[in-house]
Parts: sequence; structure tokens; C-alpha cells
Amino acid sequence: MSPPSGTASGPVVTPSRVVAGLCLFAPFVSMLWVGSYDSIDPKFIGIPFFYWYQMLWVPISTLLTCIAYVLVRREQAARKQATRPPEGSEPK
Amino acid sequence: MNEGVNVVALIVFLFFFALVTIMGFLAARWRKAAVADNLDEWGLGGRSFGTWITWFLLGGDLYTAYTFVAVPAAIYAAGAAGFFAVPYTILVYPLIFLFLPRLWSVSHRHGYVTTSDFVKGRFGSKSLSLAVAVTGILATMPYIALQLVGIQAVLDVMGLGGGESTHWFVKDLPLLIAFGVLAAYTYSSGLRAPALIAFVKDALIYIVIAVAIIYIPIELGGFDDIFNDAGEKLSESGGSLVAGPDAHWAYATLALGSALALFMYPHAITATLSSRSREVIRRNTTILPLYSLMLGLLALLGFMGLAAGIEVDNGQLIVPQLFENMFPAWFAGVAFAAIGIGALVPAAIMSIAAANLFTRNIYRDFLKPDATPAQETKVSKITSLVVKVGALVFVLTLDKSTAINFQLLGGLWIVQTFPALVGGLFTRWFHRWALLAGWAVGMTYGTIAAYNVSSPTQKHFGGSNDTIPMIGEIGYIGLTAFVLNALVTVAMTFVLRAMKAPDGVDETTPADYLADAGDPKVKDLPPQRAEPEAEQREPTSGS
Repeated sequence: MSPPSGTASGPVVTPSRVVAGLCLFAPFVSMLWVGSYDSIDPKFIGIPFFYWYQMLWVPISTLLTCIAYVLVRREQAARKQATRPPEGSEPK
Repeated sequence: MNEGVNVVALIVFLFFFALVTIMGFLAARWRKAAVADNLDEWGLGGRSFGTWITWFLLGGDLYTAYTFVAVPAAIYAAGAAGFFAVPYTILVYPLIFLFLPRLWSVSHRHGYVTTSDFVKGRFGSKSLSLAVAVTGILATMPYIALQLVGIQAVLDVMGLGGGESTHWFVKDLPLLIAFGVLAAYTYSSGLRAPALIAFVKDALIYIVIAVAIIYIPIELGGFDDIFNDAGEKLSESGGSLVAGPDAHWAYATLALGSALALFMYPHAITATLSSRSREVIRRNTTILPLYSLMLGLLALLGFMGLAAGIEVDNGQLIVPQLFENMFPAWFAGVAFAAIGIGALVPAAIMSIAAANLFTRNIYRDFLKPDATPAQETKVSKITSLVVKVGALVFVLTLDKSTAINFQLLGGLWIVQTFPALVGGLFTRWFHRWALLAGWAVGMTYGTIAAYNVSSPTQKHFGGSNDTIPMIGEIGYIGLTAFVLNALVTVAMTFVLRAMKAPDGVDETTPADYLADAGDPKVKDLPPQRAEPEAEQREPTSGS
């Protein structure tokens, strides 16, 4: 999610940045919309919906952040390729 | 509450305590650099930590003993409302994914150790930097004090608290010893000590949670029974298993406000800046949520406490008491050690972070501008001691609820530094004086609003929620204050820009915010360091 002031090369808004942004934004919508999960049923192994649904969002948001990470990384690598000749200097 | 001392649990507890003490002192030699007499070494562990160490360090830092004690205690007292800690920690990671890598980059280019260093460099304003530093120190102090409360809870349940008649010195002796030891190894090893100890802490915590979440429900007849019993008990005391429509705003604003605040805390930033590269931070945002899962499971222990019919007069004791009642003595000892060590790690990091703030942004900026790195380190080490003694005095002399009140205030204070810090990372449009004005308004509003909240047991500081002006719903004061702060900052910036008020000097460039390890200039700064590449021999994070 490099912001506008960053590198001079390439457009600021790219498809992969938009997708990454949405991935990062989704947990905010789901978690702040408390009305969508404020109920006891359906239960899961006896745990009310309120609790297991929010805990389910831990792995979901993790997955979304991972996707954002991969997208951003890929784009950065592509930009680096474009701006300077390939070199193996970047430690992983 | 307990008759006599639980000997087996105490022996196990002491074993782990001794283990981490030895590790704490040995940590000074771990990954040691050639020139160790500067803040980058003592205060940031040489800025050399890889993905896994950073993960343990941040986990040890953010999920503190107080969290382990307070989250189930909140559930035990009120039910669903206490569960906001889970959405809160879910929201933290997408948020920091956006701004922490930028902070890491610019801090590495310019050798910043604290957030105030950055704010000063970005806006060229010593007063704004001082405001951020003072807020950070004020917010951290009660947090350290609450770690002591966590240790106290464990000691109490083990029977070391003594009775009402015990002389105060004897009663507090175990706590004094624990903190003396902590202070000594933090002084000698710096950030390396909590980094190393965090491994033990987290290993213990994960084991304890895994066992508790399987073993206790079996003992209590499954989750169905647990939630039925807990629901009945809660309805008697006015709590509930769901938040209820009136509490949606409070729940959501608490989650969001706390998420915004978390990485404004100096200790969170210290752990972040100690990492080796920008990638380490991004990668960490994808693995840190494992702790959120653990926190959610931990919160469920509050319901188990209710279902098990445990009665404690102090809600903070619910988790230790549950362990004591449900587990065999030796495993209760392991669980107590997990909580106790869980207090030591963050207390060490917090005192280092507060000490760094004092040294860099008060001592060096205002008292002794020509301080050498060696002098800075000396001052930081001594300040870390002073901060801990202060926290100890706090806990021993003042009422415990005072520490909790200050912690509540700390949270809503620290989020007021968000516009200067995160705003500053993305844009220089905000005027330095506008940021200062917004900060002052947010701090004042938050403090007054919190002071005026009453609860059945307290006349002031009765909670963190209040009616949101204009909206009319009940919501988290910290978030309201933050919105107010942001509005004032934007409005004042327009005014000041129109008046052509002078801008401070910005010493950063756009490229600074994207620099990564290996880029030119990154390795030149922190001054007088040996080649940072020489330290990239961390075995655990091969990628």
C-alpha cells in the first residue's frame, strides 16, 4: 500500500492495490457491524454465534491480510524490476 | 482467600521464574554487537530481530499478563461486552499493515528510536514532539503498574499474599523481589532480555490455553452447559451473552478506538523498530493474529469461571482461581508461571520504551543536546529503573482502581497522538501547530469526559463509555476525542495555511518511507554500528 508520494514510476491506483485495499478494509466492515452477529443462534458445539463468528474472523482476516501482503510484494518486485536492472541485493 | 500456600504450584512457579531470570542476564551476550554502548543496541536490540523473534516480542508485548487477567474478568463481570477485545485485535493488523512499514523505513534512514523522534524530524517541531513523548510516558506508566497487578493476582491465589493482618512489607516482599530481578536484567541486557524471555512466556501461555480450553470444558460438561450456566448467572447480575442492540455502538467504538490506540503505545513501536527489515513487519501482520485466537479462547475462560461457580470478590482473580480449582497443583504452577512471566516481558519492554522517550525527546532535546550515544544509553538505563520504581510505588501506595483508571485514561490519551504520527507518515499537509491544538483538545475532552463517567461503585472514571455528542449513542470516549482531535487539526490547518503560518523543516524525503534493508543509506544510519548484515545470521527465520 505505497501511497501517492512514493515512487515516481507507475500509476498510483492499480488493480492489485485496490484488491489489497479491499482485503484490508473487509474486517472493519464485518467487525464494526455488530448487529450482523449479535445473536445466540446458530450455536456451534454449544458456543453462541456471537463468539464463534468473531473468532472465525480471526483466520478470515489473516487470510485477507496474507493476500494483501502477496499482492503488495508482487507489485513492489515488479516495480523494482522496472526501475532498476535486476540484482540480488535485496535480502529476504 | 486461600488457606495456606500451594507448595507444589509454588515450586513449579519458582522454577520457571529462576529460568527466565538466568535467561534475562545471559541475554546481554545474545547477538551482541561490536559497539554496544548506544540506544540502538540497548533500547532496540541492535535493530536486528527477524520474523520469529519480532513475533514473540510483539506478542509478549501486546498480550500482557494484565490482558490475561482483565479480559476474562470483564467477561466474568458483564458477559458479551468484554469480548470486544477480539474484534479489537482483529482490526489492529490490517491497520498496522498500512503504516508500520513506513515508520520502520523512515526510522531506519534517520536513526529514529521513538515516535517522537519521527514527529520532530517530520514536522520540525520540538513542542509537538514533546507532547507525543509526554503522552507516551504518561500512558505507559500505569500500564507497567497493571503488570504488577497481574503478578499480584497470581501470588495471591498461590497463598503468598498473606492475610489482612500481615505486615505490608512481608506481604509485598514477593512482588518486590520479582521486580528487583526484572529491573536488574533489563538494566544490563536491554531489549534483548524480554526478547529472549518472550519465547518461554509464549510457549507456556500456548500450552496452558490449549490444555485449559480442552480440559476445563470436559470437566464442566461441555460448552452447552457452560454457556447455559453462565447465561443464567449473568442474567442475575445484569450481564448478557449477547451485546444487545443498545450496546452496538459502544462495542464497535471500543474495538475501533482500541485498535487505533494499540500501536501508538511506545512499547509496541519499540518492538517494531527492533525488527530487521520492512518485510519482517509485513510478514508479522499475517502471523500475529494467532494471538487474537488465543485471546478469544482465553476470554471464554471467563464463562467457564461463571459456570464453575467460582466466587471471587475481586474479578481480577477469576482466571488464577479457575486454574487453581480445576488443574492439578503442578499444572496450576505452570499456568501461574505463564501469567507471571507474561507480566515481566511487557513490563521490561514498556520501561525501555518510556526510558527511550525520556532520553531522546526530553533529555537530549531539552536538557543536553550534545549528549553522546553512550550518555544516552546511560540515561535510558537509569530511567528504566526510575520508571519501574515509580510503577511499584504506584501499585503499593495507591488503590488498585487508581491504576485501572489511569490505564483507561492512558488508552484515550495515547490515541490522540495518532494524527501526528500516522498522519505524518502519509502527508505533510497537517500544520504542526494544528496537530498540537488537536492533541490538546482531544486530551482535554477525553480526560474530562472520563472523569465525569460514574458507575454504581465509582463516582468518577466509572467506565470508558459516554454519550457521543451529536449522535446520541453511547460510545468509547477515546474514539470521540480522537474524532474531535482530527476535526480540530483539519480546521486549524486550513486557518494556519491561510494565515501563512511558518512550517517546520522536514528532514525526511518521500523515498525515506519506502526504504528497505539493503537499500542504500539504510545501513549507514544508526551511527557507529558495525555492518548490520553481519547480524543477519538468525537461525529461526530462514526464508
